[in-house]
Amino acid sequence: MSSAEQAQPCTEGGFWRDTGRTGITSWIFSTDHKRIGLLYFYSTFGFFLVGVMLGLLIRLDLMTPASTLMGPQTYNALFTVHGVVMIFLFIIPGMPGAFGNLVMPIQIGARDVAFPRLNLFSWWLYIIGAGIILTSLFTGNGPPDTGWTFYVPFSARTSTNVSLAVLGVFTIGFSSILTGLNFITTIHRLRAEGMTWGRLPLFTWSLYATAWIQLLATPVLGITLALILAERLLGTGLFDPTRGGDPIMYQHLFWIYSHPAVYIMILPGMGVVSDIIPVFARKPIFGYKMIAFSSLAIAAAGSLVWGHHMFTSGMSDTAILVFSFLTFIVAIPSAIKVFNWVSTLYKGSISLEAPMLFALSFILLFSIGGLTGLILGAAATDIHVHDTDFVVGHFHYVMFGGAGFAFIAAMHYWLPKFYGRRYAEKPAIVGWALMFVGFNVLYFSMMVLGLKGMPRRYYHYLPEFAPLNLVATIGSWILALGLIIMLVNLFRGLFRGEPAGDNPWGGATLEWSIPTPPATENFEQEPVVTHGPYDFTRTGEP
Amino acid sequence: MSRHRDDTGAKLGMWLFLFTELFLFGGLFLLYAVYLSRYPREFAAAGREMHVVFGTANTAILITSSMLAATAVSAIQRDERRRVLWSLGGTVLCAAIFLFNKYLEWSAEISHGFYPNSPRLAAGPPGESVFFSLYYLTVGLHGLHVLIGGTLLIWVAVRVRRGVVHSGDYVLLENGALYWHLVDLIWIFIFPLYYLIL
Repeated sequence: MSSAEQAQPCTEGGFWRDTGRTGITSWIFSTDHKRIGLLYFYSTFGFFLVGVMLGLLIRLDLMTPASTLMGPQTYNALFTVHGVVMIFLFIIPGMPGAFGNLVMPIQIGARDVAFPRLNLFSWWLYIIGAGIILTSLFTGNGPPDTGWTFYVPFSARTSTNVSLAVLGVFTIGFSSILTGLNFITTIHRLRAEGMTWGRLPLFTWSLYATAWIQLLATPVLGITLALILAERLLGTGLFDPTRGGDPIMYQHLFWIYSHPAVYIMILPGMGVVSDIIPVFARKPIFGYKMIAFSSLAIAAAGSLVWGHHMFTSGMSDTAILVFSFLTFIVAIPSAIKVFNWVSTLYKGSISLEAPMLFALSFILLFSIGGLTGLILGAAATDIHVHDTDFVVGHFHYVMFGGAGFAFIAAMHYWLPKFYGRRYAEKPAIVGWALMFVGFNVLYFSMMVLGLKGMPRRYYHYLPEFAPLNLVATIGSWILALGLIIMLVNLFRGLFRGEPAGDNPWGGATLEWSIPTPPATENFEQEPVVTHGPYDFTRTGEP
Repeated sequence: MSRHRDDTGAKLGMWLFLFTELFLFGGLFLLYAVYLSRYPREFAAAGREMHVVFGTANTAILITSSMLAATAVSAIQRDERRRVLWSLGGTVLCAAIFLFNKYLEWSAEISHGFYPNSPRLAAGPPGESVFFSLYYLTVGLHGLHVLIGGTLLIWVAVRVRRGVVHSGDYVLLENGALYWHLVDLIWIFIFPLYYLIL
C-alpha cells in the first residue's frame, strides 16, 4: 500500500467527517447509530476499566488472610461498587449499546435504527444514571455496601447511600428498555429487501432475543428498585417480617429480572462468536437455524429459572425441584450453540487471528462456566457451594470469560471497520495469551477455593486458604498485564495502524460490503440481499 | 435528507412500551397475589375500609375518558380538528377529576390513620399494614401514570392545534390514545382487586 494512504489520518472519511458539524456536540447530540455506538463504546468500556481497577484492589486485599490494606467497610463498598459498575454500567449496556448500535443496522441493510432520537435519549439516560451512581459514591454516608444485589433487609436499613445508587440503576434500566424496544422495532421494520429472517446474521439474531429480555424483564427490576426506595423512604414494610412482609419476595422479584439479565449479558456475546467463527474457519456456519432458534429458546427458558439463586433462602422444596429442573433445560440451547460452533470448525480452514483466538477462548471458558453453572443449578450440590468463591469463579467464567472475551473479540473484529485502521497482529496475540492464562489462574483458583469452603465476600479468611488466594491474585496481575498490552496495541492500531481495507477478514455479512469507514447513510442505495450471511462464495457482494 | 417515516413501526414501538408497563405493574400484582393468599382475613378487613363510591366513580370517569380518547382518533381520521380538540380536552378533564377524587379519597384514608408506617397500622395485624402499603404504592404508581398520560395528551393536543398532527399523519395521537387506554386498563384491574373482591 502507498505511503500516501499511510499518512492519511485514520478517521478522515465516512461518518467521522461527513455530517458537516464538528466538535463534541456533533457527537453527544448525534442521532447517527454509529456515533451513538461509539459513545456507548467509550462510556461502557471506560466503566469496564474502572471495574477492573476495583477488582484488582479486591484481589490485592485478599492476597493475604488478614490484610490491613483497607478497612472492612471499604472492602464491602469495593465489592458492591465493582459489581454495580461491571453489571449495570458495562456488561448489560455494553454489547447492545456499543456493537449493537455500530453493526446491527448495517447488518440488516438499514440506514439507521427505527427511532434514532430515542436511541440518543437511551445513551443520555445511561449517562445520567451513571452520573447518579458515581454521585452516590462520594456523597451522603459513603458508597453502598450491600453487594450489587441490594438484598433486603440490609439494603432497607444500611445508612450508606443505597437510595441514590438504586435510583441510578433504575435510570439505567429505563435506558436498557428503550434500547431493546428500538432494536426489536428496527429488526422487524427496517430489514433491506431480500434480508429475510433466515438471512439475518446471527449477531443480529442474538440481539433480537436479547432485546426481548431487555424489554420484558427490566421493568420488573424497575419496580423492585422502586420498592427498595419505598422501604427506605416511606417505610412501607413490604419486605419486613415484623410488619407482615417477606424478604424472600424481594429475592424473587430481584431474580425475576436479574437471572434473565445474565442472558442479556451473554447472548450478544454468543452472537459475536457465531459471526466470527465461520469467517475465520472459512466455512458456512453449521446449524444456522438451530443457533438462531436457541437464542430465542435461551431467552424464553432463561426467564423461568430465577429461583436457582435462592435454594438456600428457605423457599419450598417443590419450588427448589422445579427451578432446578428448569435450570437444566436452559443448558440444552446453550449446548446446541457450543456443538454447532465446534462443528463449524470441523474441516474448516482455520486462521488463528486475534478475533478468532478470543472467540475460541469464549467457547472454552463459556463451556466451563456453563457446566459449573449446572453444579450450582443442581439443588444438592448447590447447598455445598452456595455463597462460596465457587460461585464467584463460575460467574466470572461466564461473564468475563464469556461476555467479556466476546466484547474484546468484537473490538478486534469490528472496530477496524469503523476506524479505518487496524492493530498489529503479534502484540494482539501476546495480549490474548496473557489474558487467557491470567484469567484461568485467577478464576480456576477461586473455584477450587470455593469447593474447599472459602466463602465469598469475606474480608478476612482462614490461613488454610492463603496459598490459592495468593495464586489467584498473581493471576489477576497476569490478566491485567494482558489487558494493558491488548488495549495499547488495539488503540495504537486504530489511530495509527495500517489501513484496514473494506473487508479485512473476508466476511460475507453486509457491513463488509460497504466502504471503510462507513458513510453516515451506510449504503449509497438500499441494498438488495441475494444470499445468506455466511455464503463465502459471494464475499463482498450485498 | 427526508425524514424516515414508518407509522406501523411507531405503533409497534408503542405496543412494546405498553408491555413494559404491564410488567412494571406486574411486580406489584405479584406481591398482591402472594400476600392475599397469606393474609386473606386481614386483606378482607382492610378492604372494608376502602371507599367503593370513590372507586366506582373513578372507574366510570376513566372509562369515559378512554372513550373520548378513541373519539379523538376517529375524528382526526375525518380531519375534524375541533372535535379532536374537544375530545382530548374531555379526556384530560377526566384525568384531572380522577386525580382530584384520588386526593379526596387519600385525604380521608390518611386522616383515619391508614398510611404506610402509621401508628394505627403498626398496632393492627401485620397483614393490614401490607395491604395498605401495597394499595398506596399501586394506586400511587397508577396516579403517576394518569399524570404522565394527561400531560402527553395535552402535548398531542397542542400539536393537533398547530396542524402538525392531521388526517395524513396522526400516529402520535394514536400512540397517545394507546397509552391512555393502558392507563385505563390497569385501573380496571386495580379497581376490583382493592375495592370489590375482598
